[in-house]
Amino acid sequence: MELHSAGEDAIMLYLGEETSPEISARVQAAAAAIKPALGADLVDLVPSYASLLIIYDAIHTDHLSIAHRVRATIAALQTQPGAEGRTVVLPVYYAAEVGEDLESLARHAGLSTAEVIALHSGTEYRVYAIGFAPGFAYLGQVDERITAPRLTTPRQKVPRGAVAIADRQTAVYPAVSPGGWNLIGRCPVRMFDPDAEPTMPVTVGDRVRFEPVSRERFVALGGDLA
Amino acid sequence: MSFKIVQPGILSLLQDRGRRGQLHLGLTNGGPLDREAFYYCNRLLGNAGNNTAIEVSFGGLQLVAEVDTFICVTGADMPLHINGEERPLWSVHAVAAGDSISLDFAENGCRSYLGVADGFTVEPSFGSTATVMRENIGGLRGDKLQAGDQLPCNPVHKRKHYYLAPEHQPRYQNTITVRVIPGYQQHHFSRLQQRRFFSHAYAVSDRCDRMGYRLEGPAIKCDIEGILSEGICFGAIQVPADGQPIVLLNDRQTIGGYPKIGSALSLDAARLAQLRPGGSVHFVPISPHGAHNALHLAQSFAQHQPLLERT
Repeated sequence: MELHSAGEDAIMLYLGEETSPEISARVQAAAAAIKPALGADLVDLVPSYASLLIIYDAIHTDHLSIAHRVRATIAALQTQPGAEGRTVVLPVYYAAEVGEDLESLARHAGLSTAEVIALHSGTEYRVYAIGFAPGFAYLGQVDERITAPRLTTPRQKVPRGAVAIADRQTAVYPAVSPGGWNLIGRCPVRMFDPDAEPTMPVTVGDRVRFEPVSRERFVALGGDLA
Repeated sequence: MSFKIVQPGILSLLQDRGRRGQLHLGLTNGGPLDREAFYYCNRLLGNAGNNTAIEVSFGGLQLVAEVDTFICVTGADMPLHINGEERPLWSVHAVAAGDSISLDFAENGCRSYLGVADGFTVEPSFGSTATVMRENIGGLRGDKLQAGDQLPCNPVHKRKHYYLAPEHQPRYQNTITVRVIPGYQQHHFSRLQQRRFFSHAYAVSDRCDRMGYRLEGPAIKCDIEGILSEGICFGAIQVPADGQPIVLLNDRQTIGGYPKIGSALSLDAARLAQLRPGGSVHFVPISPHGAHNALHLAQSFAQHQPLLERT
């Protein structure tokens, strides 16, 4: 465990150096324990792959008190195996029609598109981080056989719901945005809905499985082909 | 009961203090780029402190009051006219239904705050009215103000005509010093690189907005090119592979994978956001203890600064 200063009201807790379910679980456990330990002094928490950014109220407390309480909390932290997040199933319509890079990705991988779909939907992913844009969940790890680097020229406009791969990560675009990931399909579930409760179907630490659905089912579920 | 936008100017946004506790959803803070000017705007008006005001960047805003109330403008020296008559900034003015109000372009600084007694009454989104255009959230429609927009507010008939003495009003310079709390990946920048960063002037580039200010100057090299994506706090100074630092501000993305050398003190980030392209920045290190003291003193100073009353 390492604690570094980040800013005038922020410290950074590092719990490892790589992407792994074990480290991610520790980040989750740390976040869950730090919330009650800091109480009203805590302003915001940003969990990521191997770190936890802790933002505190610098007018009512200070970095020394926060660091002390965080250290004590982490020292007492029980890693509870099995205390994992929920599993969320997201339907995906995999097709070149909505996944412009599906065929080129398959070609590069030396696989058929059916094999790419089977590998992508046959893996259970973990939500490692949420960021970049509201509701953008970084899911890992993608099977090594179907990894693909980011596009050299990002697209100006990636549609909402686009299911995409970059390196060993995959994600569902929560809103129309520019993007450089490889598009392989589309999900009809909204990943970020300000009017819904909860706002997002997943949270950091959850598991995600993708379930291939037909074009008809995708449309019936509210999916947009445009 | 409202104000009607006639001309929105270059960029006018409704802002309150900003969103808190939503970073885990990927929602950034938003809020006023110059917290000091925003604070005084509400304090002069006798508002509680987190009332929604208009952040005007560069100037060019024209609006018409459709209600009797009081307004105040703080921040960059955008000339304020009410019905064609020039009025001082950092000062409360009564307005009546039908009055036309304009803010011209600033010569010094580039952000100002037009507030109204009790604030504009817009619905908060995720606990805040702050407009973040990139996220399409807050304000009206999640977007900047446009001609024809109605900004609702309540009629107010009694307020003190407070003003801040001219000698206590900030002067926005074109060269500023930004205190930096070293942190994050600081240890991945060699002593030589850190010395370079802290001993040269950096110029504000054309790429400066509410997300961050990209600066230009001697390139700083980091031992590593990228890191596992991690949370980015306000003021964080990111150094991408080209070695040109970016100070990340209110509308920054919440996580990212570029190394960071530390974070700017918010008090100085507010002054940075008043600079335009070509403005000059010097960085100096400050310890976490020093930063803590500076924040507390600045808060006490602002709260105890005497307001004068016009009779």
